[in-house]
Amino acid sequence: MEKGEDKHEEEQDQVVNPWEVTAKDGGKIDYDKLIDKFGCQRLEEPLVDRVQRLTGRPPHVFLRRGVFFAHRDFDEILNAYEKGKKFYLYTGRGPSSEALHLGHLVPFMFTKYLQDAFKVPLVIQLTDDEKCMWKNLSVEECQRLARENAKDIIACGFDITKTFIFSDFDYVGGNRSFYKNMVRIAKCVTYNKVVGIFGFSGEDHIGKVGFPPIQAAPSFPSSFPHLFSGKDDLRCLIPCAIDQDPYFRMTRDVAPRLGYHKPSLIESSFFPALQGETGKMSASDPNSAIYVTDSAKVIKNKINKYAFSGGQDSVEKHRELGANLEVDIPVKYLSFFLEDDAELEHIKTEYGAGRMLTGEVKKRLADVLTEVVDRHRAARAAVTEEMVDAFMAVRPLPNMFD
Amino acid sequence: MVLQELGIKFEQYDHPAVLTVEAQAKYVGDKGGGLSKNLFLKDKKSRFYIVSALADTKVDLKVLSQRLGLGKGGIRMAPEEALGQLLQVPLGCVTPFALINESASYVSLLLDKEFKTQPHCFFHPLSNETSISVQASDLDKFLKSIGREPSYVDLEANPPVGKDQPPDLAILVPSGTIDIPDAPENSTPSQAVSEKSFPVQKKCTPASVDSVKSAKPSSADPNAKDKPNNAAPQPNAFAESRLFVDEILKKTTELLLSELTEDVAKQEALANSVRKHLAPDLQNLTRTFCSLLQVMFKNTAYTQGFYAGSNCQPKRL
Repeated sequence: MEKGEDKHEEEQDQVVNPWEVTAKDGGKIDYDKLIDKFGCQRLEEPLVDRVQRLTGRPPHVFLRRGVFFAHRDFDEILNAYEKGKKFYLYTGRGPSSEALHLGHLVPFMFTKYLQDAFKVPLVIQLTDDEKCMWKNLSVEECQRLARENAKDIIACGFDITKTFIFSDFDYVGGNRSFYKNMVRIAKCVTYNKVVGIFGFSGEDHIGKVGFPPIQAAPSFPSSFPHLFSGKDDLRCLIPCAIDQDPYFRMTRDVAPRLGYHKPSLIESSFFPALQGETGKMSASDPNSAIYVTDSAKVIKNKINKYAFSGGQDSVEKHRELGANLEVDIPVKYLSFFLEDDAELEHIKTEYGAGRMLTGEVKKRLADVLTEVVDRHRAARAAVTEEMVDAFMAVRPLPNMFD
Repeated sequence: MVLQELGIKFEQYDHPAVLTVEAQAKYVGDKGGGLSKNLFLKDKKSRFYIVSALADTKVDLKVLSQRLGLGKGGIRMAPEEALGQLLQVPLGCVTPFALINESASYVSLLLDKEFKTQPHCFFHPLSNETSISVQASDLDKFLKSIGREPSYVDLEANPPVGKDQPPDLAILVPSGTIDIPDAPENSTPSQAVSEKSFPVQKKCTPASVDSVKSAKPSSADPNAKDKPNNAAPQPNAFAESRLFVDEILKKTTELLLSELTEDVAKQEALANSVRKHLAPDLQNLTRTFCSLLQVMFKNTAYTQGFYAGSNCQPKRL
């Protein structure tokens, strides 16, 4: 059994699970400790180089900058790929709100790169049922949010001939194989185990307790008979944020008992709030994040007013001491979205030495983010209801490995 | 006939097709008035001009080139294809009346001021087999009716052009460049770059992106057969975006530099520097933007097909 979380958390320790992410004592998340505690592996540079060699193109900026920094058995995926054995991608979103911010797009941007680079199919799960249960929203509202979110996801540029998007409410009930897998998985996880992994209590309703198999089932190709029938041997790679790890720890534990491959994971760190890593990105505070609906003016304003700066209080002090790059949000955001490695290096050097001022860095960030958001908005505008229907239709994908 | 609608008086003379002024003179030379010679010219930036002059007026292309601000030797006779494509007239039939065509909207017209000294002048309408004589004032009427201001020029004048004396005919240079697909200087025959020259923008213009996109599908299949270990990433996509970016850069730098300096060598050096610095950025932008557009086009097409297909199914009995 792999290392996992303890049932009893030390009060001061950081908390990372699918529903809560808090750092220790209001500090920063310690990713090394997290990797250690979860038992996953660091994504080291040799692996990134290997990806470059296998795909014949430069690795995605998120790989180069260590945004996707941890994995489970990603090397096994690459080994199989080298031998000509393909895999499929599985990622998802809990549609709890209509407004998506840039942090939400991160896993999807990365997944699109993986789809293009490796030329593999992708299933995207919209867990509208989960949000219905956890956020106490109505079923209809969650279904609606799922469809709206699907449009933003599609706008990230997924290939419709290789992508299947499904909402749990739509798909799970109508599909016999999926439910069968859910039951198979559920049989392998004791109540105590699921409480231990997810921290359920006697007060939590049974919907919550019964949910984990639903997020686990897409890891197995037999859950999608219209796509992967006869391909029980197909491996699965799951790009996700590291807070989702518990679900898939559980799944990996169950897989061998069902005769399936363990799904592999490639995990990202958290996208910081504008106010800093200690701040919480919350849907209720629109100023904690840049939304895909923000205009250039709003973006510029938010960055200037709210982005936590690592620069010094005065220009003189700044020129003397330089900026604190550890806590500076604009630089952190640039490391996510500024593609040019050389330019980022230059900014870090100059800003860190105090030769470049905060205003300049913030301006550059505003330009970069505006471009990302504009491009997204344009792509989003091209997504029609019919396109969403087509992406979500239960249909075969004959060219999914082309 | 348009001229009649405009109330323009003219005399029409039909004759066998003529290709030269001399040949035309055989038929209408004795009718008084002036014969016109019409030159269809092109500059290095693919801008086109009709110079319409009395047969006797001396037209020096080198002088004209300088007066237009194109430097020495910046203007020459336009290729034959352009005649058909832009003016829609056969060889030997260049005429101000050709400007009635939409395709000629960016062609500039220079009229000999000596036309005004003649009672009437001879031009071809749109055919070599006819000559019509009109008064200069009536020619003006025609031009105005198609939205053109007649520009009369002293074609034999040779004013000095230099730092303190700007080229006097520069305002007659058209604002739009036109690409003729077969023209030899066009290095990317498969691309139709948009008609106006434009400053470097971050967004691709839809027309030019379309041509990139339409050229791409052919590259999709060969790549599908590539083994994953193949080190060459989609070579066609890269090559096309490079050509596209090169074309933009070439046109932009030429335009900019012609404004800055007349020294050709300096222009070359500056152009190379600009290209070196801008090309990689633009290529990346183009590639990401175009690949996103490509996938959106693909998704849209699939959706339409899917929708049509799913609505065509016979109802289950």
